Amino acid sequence: MKKEDFPMLDSEIIYFDNGATTLKPRCVVDKMNDYYTKYTSNIHRGDYEAAVITNNLYDGVRDLVSDFINCNSSKEVVFTSGATNSLNLVVFGFMRKYLKSSDEVLLTKAEHASNVLPWIKLSEEIGFKIKYIPLNEDYELTVDNLKKMITPNTKVVSIAHITNVIGDVRDVDSIGKICHEDNILFCVDGAQSVPHMKVDFKKSNMDFLCFSGHKMLGPTGVGVLVGKYDLLEEMDPICYGGGMNQFFEYDNSYELKKPPIKFEAGTPPIAEVIGLGEAIKYLMNIGMDKIYEHECSLKKYMIDKLSKIPNIIMYNKNSNSGILAFNVSGVFAQDTSVYLNHYHIYVRAGNHCAKMLKDDLKIKNTVRVSLYLYNTKEDVDRLVDVLSDSENIFKVVI
Amino acid sequence: MDNNLKREIILDNYQDPMNRGLVEDGSYLKENTNNESCIDNIDMMMKIEDNIIKDIVFDGEACAISTSATSIMIRSLIGKGVDEALKIIKNFQNMIEEKDYDKDLLGELIVYEDIAKQPNRKTCALLPSNAVINMISKYLENK
Repeated sequence: MKKEDFPMLDSEIIYFDNGATTLKPRCVVDKMNDYYTKYTSNIHRGDYEAAVITNNLYDGVRDLVSDFINCNSSKEVVFTSGATNSLNLVVFGFMRKYLKSSDEVLLTKAEHASNVLPWIKLSEEIGFKIKYIPLNEDYELTVDNLKKMITPNTKVVSIAHITNVIGDVRDVDSIGKICHEDNILFCVDGAQSVPHMKVDFKKSNMDFLCFSGHKMLGPTGVGVLVGKYDLLEEMDPICYGGGMNQFFEYDNSYELKKPPIKFEAGTPPIAEVIGLGEAIKYLMNIGMDKIYEHECSLKKYMIDKLSKIPNIIMYNKNSNSGILAFNVSGVFAQDTSVYLNHYHIYVRAGNHCAKMLKDDLKIKNTVRVSLYLYNTKEDVDRLVDVLSDSENIFKVVI
Repeated sequence: MDNNLKREIILDNYQDPMNRGLVEDGSYLKENTNNESCIDNIDMMMKIEDNIIKDIVFDGEACAISTSATSIMIRSLIGKGVDEALKIIKNFQNMIEEKDYDKDLLGELIVYEDIAKQPNRKTCALLPSNAVINMISKYLENK
């Protein structure tokens, strides 16, 4: 797809760290610049021309998000600072009131820190049990394994749609159906899926969906929580201040606004929300199915080529997404990443914030290539060329 | 020192580091050391008697620079008095941070003299230093 839309790619770099963050197309940066140079103003309080433009743009992004992930209405779209913030809002805003000490929450060991630590912290307070659904031999979550873990006490299933190391695509349609039938709340971390494939909030029966703007061509500092409206009405804000209240009085009485506004205290990231809207338009224009197919076929191409290099160990050949975790035999992941950087190939080395996965994977650190729409076969060829010459690694690294 | 020789020393110490593996011995001090900006993470243990460093061991996961620096540092410090060890480490840190240092004190640690050219690897080379300093401080406090 269009490399020329991405100013970062004007240089020689090959960007394979899309699981961490993505590059920004010029239209997103221009749109944000327009806000800063042509109609800077705060939202929801000005009567002047620039404020009206800003208001319309800001609120318009809720409609875009609603179309993009197919929820019931734009009133179910809450702007946050990112997926981490969205997950924390679900846990500390909703689950703190909802869960009791006898309840059980199901997670997996492949979850990102932001879908584990908030639960651990809240369980310290309430005493509910966190159970980890076992992964299969490919480190993936199966619907059968999930079913086996459900008990009458299971109240929540909170999982990534696509995990950020293994890249397995969880069967959210089936899981959503099971949760719905068993009266279990289904919370989905969509940080690695919403940017890469068609995600359907209603069809998958999700109760909460969390994702970040910067992993989908948008700016940093903005993310989204989509929640079923009746749940959002029950949920408490975790941040209080201007913009989100109806009134407050000297006798300590107060009333909050309705969702989603009651969760957006203070001046929100206005430029970032507007930038996110532009990113969503860009993605919809290409088509999510096309992006997903492109990444899957490119991953397959990469695996075929890397399989011919004897000392490359791949950990997730079977997962259906654009994420590949590997190591060069006998080389520490970070050394491989430093080596690739020498050839302007940007990858990530580490545990990728999924620190419990090491128990199953039997290895702490991997090199991760995470693909996106602007990656090409030529990019992969260059990676393969450089890795084929990996006897050279220590000459470069040391 | 010739660059190829430096690389050879670093690589030898990475692939076959000195004293890798922790010990079950209560007379050792223990310290974990890691870099916030990367994924290096090692545990070090040290035995000091009568102000003399008798033994140092380590284990963990770390890159070629961190692992080799730990190995070479262990080799350089065993048998030294704590004051001399602190002096060596201070000079090593000064070298990495591009400050004045005494070359003659450093022995094989001199192989990292050019690491400042790769600023993002400085923290790798410095990984074992703080752990060793902390263990020596603990020893001196409890003496």
